[in-house]
Amino acid sequence: MLVDKKKKKKSAEVPTSSLADMAFLLLIFFLVTTTIDVDKGIGLVLPQKGETIEIRSQNICNLLVNAEGKVMIDDQVVEPVMIKSIIQRKLLENDKLIVSVKTDAATKYRYYIQVLDQLKLAWGNKKTRISIAEPEK
Amino acid sequence: MEFKKKSKADAGIPTASMPDIIFMLLIFFMVSTVFKEFRGIPIRLPSATSIEKLPGKRNVAYIWADDRDRVSIDDKFVEIREISRMMYAKSVDEISPLRVVSMKIDERAKMGLITQIHEELREAGGAALQVNYSTKTASK
Repeated sequence: MLVDKKKKKKSAEVPTSSLADMAFLLLIFFLVTTTIDVDKGIGLVLPQKGETIEIRSQNICNLLVNAEGKVMIDDQVVEPVMIKSIIQRKLLENDKLIVSVKTDAATKYRYYIQVLDQLKLAWGNKKTRISIAEPEK
Repeated sequence: MEFKKKSKADAGIPTASMPDIIFMLLIFFMVSTVFKEFRGIPIRLPSATSIEKLPGKRNVAYIWADDRDRVSIDDKFVEIREISRMMYAKSVDEISPLRVVSMKIDERAKMGLITQIHEELREAGGAALQVNYSTKTASK
């Protein structure tokens, strides 16, 4: 009887055989869910200093942005969200089109980015043809 | 008389607790590591949809500008007319030449300031002409 009782004593150890699996699972979970903050934004290539190209006036589309963020394309006031479709329509007629963006000196940067964003969308994957004009003083 | 080689002394280092030590080290470094984060000046970035990623964090020059016409490069406030010289110096650097200029500009900044920065970058030329206007992803 005494011998029987002694046998019943269980070992109090935590099973460690699956520790490695758990550690790997944790590792993989964090590997997959971690996102490293990448910088992103709208890319643009500025022209060289003193570089001027003659452009035929029929290929130019004037886009003006005033200090309040109102947008005007070729003498017509348009909504900023409409720029994409308007430019796309113009591009169908003339694929050599160059959009000349002219802002007021007091125009907020936000409106400029909004316009640039729309123009980028209008060209899609193709190379954008944008000219940034000196702002009106 | 025959001598039996009894127990050879075990000269090996016990490796059973090596994983524990490695884990402890790993956890220690995980907890104590602080990523170096470049903080310019407090700004609110505009948001856009047609965005592209920067090629990496190396070889990128950051120009910070806020709505009060303050411009900061490399944690220092700089005069606008100094930008071209600084950017030119970065673009001819042999160890890590400049590839892109990332513009972190407050959405309330005035276009007059941005044009001045453009002019300075055009003055510097070369890689300083590759501009990226840093934006947030628009939630749409």
